[in-house]
Amino acid sequence: MITGLASSALDLRRPHRMVERSVMVYRRGWMVIVSGFFEPLFFLLSIRIGFGALIGDIEVGGRTIGYAEFVAPALMAAAAMNGAIFDSTMNVFYKVKYSKLYDSVLATPMTTADVALGEIAWAMLRGLMYSVAFLLTMWALGMTGSAWVVLAVPVCVLIGFAFASIGMAVTSFMRSWSDFEYVPAVQVPLFLFSATFFPLSQYGSWGWVVQLSPLYHGVALVRGANLGEWSWTYLGHVAVLVGLAVVGLTITARRLRALLLS
Amino acid sequence: MASAPLISARGLVKRFGGFTAVDGIDVEVHPGESFGFLGPNGAGKSSTMRMIGCVSPPTEGELSIFGLDPVRDGREIRSRLGVVPQQDQLDVELTVEENLVIYGRYFDIPRAECRRRAAELLDFVQLTERARSKVDPLSGGMKRRVTIARSLINEPSLLLLDEPTTGLDPQARHVLWDRLYRLKQRGVTLVLTTHYMDEAEQLCDRLVVMDQGRIVAEGSPRSLIAEYSTREVLELRYSPGTNEARAVPIADVGERQEVLPDRVLIYAHDGEAALHEVHERDAMPESSLVRRSSLEDVFLRLTGRTLVD
Ligand SMILES: Nc1ncnc2c1ncn2[C@@H]1O[C@H](COP(=O)(O)OP(=O)(O)OP(=O)(O)O)[C@@H](O)[C@H]1O
Ligand SMILES: [Mg+2]
Repeated sequence: MITGLASSALDLRRPHRMVERSVMVYRRGWMVIVSGFFEPLFFLLSIRIGFGALIGDIEVGGRTIGYAEFVAPALMAAAAMNGAIFDSTMNVFYKVKYSKLYDSVLATPMTTADVALGEIAWAMLRGLMYSVAFLLTMWALGMTGSAWVVLAVPVCVLIGFAFASIGMAVTSFMRSWSDFEYVPAVQVPLFLFSATFFPLSQYGSWGWVVQLSPLYHGVALVRGANLGEWSWTYLGHVAVLVGLAVVGLTITARRLRALLLS
Repeated sequence: MASAPLISARGLVKRFGGFTAVDGIDVEVHPGESFGFLGPNGAGKSSTMRMIGCVSPPTEGELSIFGLDPVRDGREIRSRLGVVPQQDQLDVELTVEENLVIYGRYFDIPRAECRRRAAELLDFVQLTERARSKVDPLSGGMKRRVTIARSLINEPSLLLLDEPTTGLDPQARHVLWDRLYRLKQRGVTLVLTTHYMDEAEQLCDRLVVMDQGRIVAEGSPRSLIAEYSTREVLELRYSPGTNEARAVPIADVGERQEVLPDRVLIYAHDGEAALHEVHERDAMPESSLVRRSSLEDVFLRLTGRTLVD
């Protein structure tokens, strides 16, 4: 019995069916997705026109770059995080508790792991679309540093994967809508204090706290891609995000099993 | 019956924490049969259906469906089942037709084939003209029919129906009975739960009566009535609150009596004769009715409680 549960916790066969379902749903609601493209545009414009002019150049890793070039990649990483959290929390809670969508899906050959990975994959796909839009906007506003910046797209997908997995895992423990009020309490500090708006060196002896933030690792990677720099430490950043994604996915599949297959 | 059973349960138990919802039941369902679980609220019908549907692991006992183990081979079993859960659980973000198509996709049925079957099934449940409607504005009976259509998308040989007609008006119920009867004629094995005696009598070849997690009787509707009731029942209504008192002078009329808050039931082979006897004794009711005995009476006899109020 126990081994049966453990082996089927990650019994994956057709997670893409959940993605197919989401495509069906959003085929009509594509405006919702398009409206998401405006957010990066406004963000980047405000930086380009506003802060960029007010704040001087910044030194990172021995190189001097303009502030806009410093912040834009971080905002791209943060947008990937915000999108993933949005898709994996309230939306998923509604489907578990109210629409009972997953109950009907699990009566078919689909498994909890299919549902978990499928929903997370959809959040990643949306993240991918936003990231591409973000990148194009950055490029149009002359805020990209090198051609390597295209690597920021897969990095953002990884960020989305990690945060969607964790978001869904956390959501599976929520009891009511009011529990979601704690989400911004975590999300906002992550957004502000992940070396997003100023370099790690500014945090002084608190730098180690910043490194605990999963977003910090994403920001470091996107920034590196934008500057076209390579460092072995990037492997560590990737490992942190992959680790979070796998842990989140496993917890989610197990929790869905406990919630829906009692 | 010679064929191997489609469903076989031995000493099947389901516990939720310390509470025992299904308390050691033995059931066998054979191919082509239509089998019912009849019982009041909380009897353990849905818990049993969920175990058979492989969405709830049994706590104890043996269970096999198509000769397979629901915990180990759940995916394989579910691919051959049709399930109509107690709550509809339709996909509210999709249209009626899309609900059927995506459901077929969960079974890996090719998209074009899903569309073809969806059209056919919507016709079968007479909802073709609502194909492009969202689910929410549909009436309860229509939603139920969509759920039934959806459960057939993988052409299951075994259909599990948890209270298929609860909450429907008589007309909608008769439409559904008709559709289920046609499925049965095509050789689909039906397993259903119900509160309704007439439904069980209409649809089931064989049924078990469940009460508090146990099976209290088993047989065909006809044999259960023969065993636990009389051919006819005389129902008497007196003015409110006086049933107990009025029943005393006629206590020996018929083979057996049940005094309920709203009526007195007299079980007798000949209901008219019993009514005549009641008149003789000057125990004139405000109204009276002679009817055939039903599973309702069987249930009352077995558990001392009425089934639906
Ligand atoms: N997930 C659960 N957790 C705890 N208790 C449960 C759970 N599911 C069912 N029960 C309990 O088990 C008992 C049997 O419930 P079940 O739903 O099987 O009854 P039922 O015969 O289908 O009743 P109804 O006619 O009302 O649908 C009830 O007392 C119910 O409260
Ligand atoms: Mg039930």
